[in-house]
Amino acid sequence: MPLFGKFKYGGKNVISGSDAGAIAAKLCRPSVISAYPITPQTIIVERLAEMVNNGEMKAEMVKVESEHSAASVQMGAQATGVRTIGASCSQGLALMNEILHVISGLRLPCVMMVANRALSAPISIWNDHSDTMASRDTGWIQLHCENNQEIFDTVIQAYKIAEDKNVMLPIMPCFDGYILSHLYESVNVATQSQVDNFLPAYKAVHHYLDPKRPITIGSVAPPNCYTEFKFQQQKAMDKALKVIKKVNSEFSKEFGRSYGNGLVEEYKLKNADTVLIGMGSVCGTIKSVVDKHKGVGLLRIKSFRPFPTEDIVRALSNAKRVAVVDKAFSFGNAGPLFTEVKAVSPVKKINGFIMGLGGRSITEKDIEFVIKNAGVEKNFWVNVNE
Amino acid sequence: MKKGLKFNIGGIIDEPGNSVETKKDGWRVHKPEVDYDKCTKCGVCAMFCPDGAIFKDKNGNYKWDLDYCKGCGICAQVCPVKAIIMKEEEK
Repeated sequence: MPLFGKFKYGGKNVISGSDAGAIAAKLCRPSVISAYPITPQTIIVERLAEMVNNGEMKAEMVKVESEHSAASVQMGAQATGVRTIGASCSQGLALMNEILHVISGLRLPCVMMVANRALSAPISIWNDHSDTMASRDTGWIQLHCENNQEIFDTVIQAYKIAEDKNVMLPIMPCFDGYILSHLYESVNVATQSQVDNFLPAYKAVHHYLDPKRPITIGSVAPPNCYTEFKFQQQKAMDKALKVIKKVNSEFSKEFGRSYGNGLVEEYKLKNADTVLIGMGSVCGTIKSVVDKHKGVGLLRIKSFRPFPTEDIVRALSNAKRVAVVDKAFSFGNAGPLFTEVKAVSPVKKINGFIMGLGGRSITEKDIEFVIKNAGVEKNFWVNVNE
Repeated sequence: MKKGLKFNIGGIIDEPGNSVETKKDGWRVHKPEVDYDKCTKCGVCAMFCPDGAIFKDKNGNYKWDLDYCKGCGICAQVCPVKAIIMKEEEK
């Protein structure tokens, strides 16, 4: 009996975030699936396996023995010239770290979903952003989703962004483990023809296997050329800022949904003195609290890498106080999102709030605390037993 | 961009056989010297040379292309009759 409930293409379905990610990936027609199950990402892999097993999905499901191998297989498959899909989180993502750098350095447009989970020790299978923050400098684009519909849409957009000839960088669509991965909500599932219209079949331009065009992938770069390759990667990230915006508006035309400008989403910022900044599902909670206040708005960062500096500066131009909510921490300093926003913020009154670590609930009361203390000269660990 | 270098995306090399452009003579401290009286022309040195820098000339003698010999000494190590010695190279 299938674990996967019946759902219909081209209509609303009540499905989990993992289902949304898996169905979206299937509609993008990847040829190779390489993922190693890890809580809370497991369901994605199960769903993909099920769709391959019942013949709905024509892809090779490679069974690997670790996340290091999962990333390596995805890299190798993508390098032969086909579209691929991966998924991981937490310790798995940490184990992949070495290969993540290689994939981005080789400029392979892989897409790998991440169901954000905390890092050990102590062991926590619950959500926070420690895993993707630790992967910040791997050269992957990171797009953080707020709800299940956005997961579905972001996975489809991810292929189009990654495979753009000006970008050619791997992408992690990120969404909060359990909070979204195991949450069932209404998702508009597109039809295959809609997705095919939006996302053309993958045609590898640089990396593909062809005996008539022998190439070396993974060459050595001595000191006389290594810097240039890294510079190229950064230029691609710069270009990705524009491409993400473009793909967001193209998506809106095809599917009627968009997420801010693709990089950031501004919520009630017009007359806001106090601006809260956050990423991922917590922004849903923040929005509901913002609705109860006057002069408070939210700036949701969807694209953490590339970092949308210009959009943040513009969005904060009328703000007087800024509060940044972080679901991760850089030990010895501060929250990673806070540190980066502070570096570009035109507002001097800015502070950071650490909350929701290892799956601790972020309640509306906690957000009220953030609004009350926004912009004071102190950072906070919210709800902590000191 | 530096002259003469090609920066393909992701460092792809699409012109096979270009390792001949990388000379290794600058790596060398010791240089192989051969006693052709001892040499039996067995060719073991050429088989083991990691850079393919040893070749057979018209007379069947093994010679060294010193542009690509990095002076590793593997040839001297594997020679069954000890006909090769590694000598410090004078600059």
